[in-house]
Amino acid sequence: MRVNLAVNVGGIIMKNPVTTASGTFGYGPEYGRIIDLNRLGAIVVKGTTLSARQGNPTPRIAETPSGMLNAIGLQNPGVDKFISEALPFLRNYQLPVIVNISGDTVEDYHKLAGILDRAQGVGGIEVNISCPNVKKGGLQFGSDPDSAGEVIRAVRRATSLPVIAKLSPNVTSIAAVAEKVAEAGADALSMINTLLGMAIDIKSRRPVLGNIMGGLSGPAVRPVAVRAVWQVYRAVKLPIIGMGGITCAEDALEFIMAGATAVAVGTANFVNPRATIDIIDGLEKFMLENNIKDINEIIGIAQ
Amino acid sequence: MIYCHKFRILKNEETIPGHRLMIVDAPGISAAAVPGQFLHLRCSDSTDPLLRRPVSIHRVERDKGLAHMLYRVAGRGTALLAGKMPGEYLDVMGPLGKGFTLPLPGERVAVVGGGIGAAPLFFLVEELIRECPPNNMVSFFLGAASASQLPPASVLHSPGLEVHTATDDGSAGYHGTVTALLESRIDSGPAGFDRIYACGPAPMLRSLVRMAGSLGIPGQVSLEERMGCGVGACLSCACKIKDRSADGFLYKHACTDGPVFDMREVYYES
Ligand SMILES: Cc1cc2nc3c(=O)[nH]c(=O)nc-3n(C[C@H](O)[C@H](O)[C@H](O)COP(=O)(O)OP(=O)(O)OC[C@H]3O[C@@H](n4cnc5c(N)ncnc54)[C@H](O)[C@@H]3O)c2cc1C
Ligand SMILES: Cc1cc2nc3c(=O)[nH]c(=O)nc-3n(C[C@H](O)[C@H](O)[C@H](O)COP(=O)(O)O)c2cc1C
Ligand code: FES
Repeated sequence: MRVNLAVNVGGIIMKNPVTTASGTFGYGPEYGRIIDLNRLGAIVVKGTTLSARQGNPTPRIAETPSGMLNAIGLQNPGVDKFISEALPFLRNYQLPVIVNISGDTVEDYHKLAGILDRAQGVGGIEVNISCPNVKKGGLQFGSDPDSAGEVIRAVRRATSLPVIAKLSPNVTSIAAVAEKVAEAGADALSMINTLLGMAIDIKSRRPVLGNIMGGLSGPAVRPVAVRAVWQVYRAVKLPIIGMGGITCAEDALEFIMAGATAVAVGTANFVNPRATIDIIDGLEKFMLENNIKDINEIIGIAQ
Repeated sequence: MIYCHKFRILKNEETIPGHRLMIVDAPGISAAAVPGQFLHLRCSDSTDPLLRRPVSIHRVERDKGLAHMLYRVAGRGTALLAGKMPGEYLDVMGPLGKGFTLPLPGERVAVVGGGIGAAPLFFLVEELIRECPPNNMVSFFLGAASASQLPPASVLHSPGLEVHTATDDGSAGYHGTVTALLESRIDSGPAGFDRIYACGPAPMLRSLVRMAGSLGIPGQVSLEERMGCGVGACLSCACKIKDRSADGFLYKHACTDGPVFDMREVYYES
């Protein structure tokens, strides 16, 4: 039996439902020395802003039970350098490149989307309205449904590329935000970004992270993420890229059965650099063993 | 080539109190590694503790295909490592990072290690001895809190090698810091150095970089920062490197741009 793993995420055709979570996979070459990037369904690159950002002071990460806090602070070379220096490498691969963008203002998001729309080799734009680690923008847009909608509308006006809105779990109703960004013209949704958290070093009596607070990721957040996918699947008709603590095919299947069309692997890459490939192989094996011909048959099947 | 799989542990025993030597059967790694590079170790199969732990390559035995690590039992991850028995397998990723660059022919070299920072320098000293003499003179300066904490340098058999020790409590060698010991050797005349290599705690490196700068001696230091991925993907392991920008520095990454950096490039706040 041959099984179909291919999915369509708002116009982005993926040969399998497994992609990478922004900020955990660099721009490709970092893990390209360990795995064959062509096997991925798509790649989502590190968050990009209009101009270069230094990022936050160290320590930028702290390990927590079955998870980690990060406050990288969107260190990146800016969109122009991204296009001239990082994108050419990715054009050598047969996979959609999804660029994650962040801005301080609605205008920033609009400009970024316009610039990426004209760049060659971009398969989609993931709009980060949920970063907990920068002073302005980010989460400020994602936590209010109306501002979230406004950002997506501005991005939509600037590009014909597929637009994915990346949602924050740090909200009262994630479904309410999902409804607004759907109305504003998003083609797909991704969730969840990290949960705002912090850790204290009891020896120094100070916060561990240089930025004080950071975003929690890894297996610890998985139940929160599965719940978010479940709720949003019921609220809107858009395809969902599910993420949050996925380490193996079984974890990925939970998200798919909750309603995710695709999944992204983040923190798990740090622990097992082959996590994405193991998950792709594991999904295929599960389908063969359970007589599932098409992965699309089981999207949202737990509902 | 980055290896990433399970390697067999041949030895894992206490050498000095609180420190252990682990030897893994890893021919590919021992053949490819250069001094200053590190391995990223998964200490448990569970998700807690989750992240890998970076540990330097202490020595290699290329003829036998072995890689050595010398580690201090510092917290949960290294305590789990300490519990592994010979014959068990350890998930190792590496070799990672940029190592030291060798000196020019004829240069007189000081290699300076503080505490567990000495670990990667054994590999460097062995490589210097193998690659450089008879032209280069190598002096190895080792500092620790007390005599019992000094890693034994007797494993480095070489007639050309001078070993000097310093302890904070004066229980062995020079009474004081290893930086002060080096400074005293330079002050006392003939023992000048053309190049310095160092690894150790941040305050030690800071004073060493300052001293080398004022004496105009070039060199390299190996820096430590908390790591996630180990391959340049997560941007956790940021180190401040001098730059002409308004901030005066930019962040480079210990796992890929380093951990070894040119002393003159490292940025310290005044
Ligand atoms: C490039 C590099 C090479 C190293 N080489 C050696 C070596 O050869 N021998 C040796 O004994 N130690 C070495 N260290 C330090 C070693 O990584 C830490 O002691 C170890 O990670 C502590 O883990 P733990 O779980 O026992 O301690 P915990 O304190 O429980 O660790 C908690 C978290 O903090 C991180 N962390 C704690 N201390 C350090 C540190 N000093 N540097 C970086 N991350 C830290 C851990 O990795 C972990 O994510 C090296 C560090 C780096 C960056
Ligand atoms: C080190 C690190 C950096 C991240 N950087 C970004 C980023 O630049 N943009 C973004 O939208 N999400 C970023 N994230 C969030 C992840 O993309 C993902 O949403 C989150 O980590 C949950 O997935 P995981 O548990 O599989 O890691 C980052 C996460 C980590 C751990
Ligand atoms: S540890 Fe991830 S970039 Fe260095």
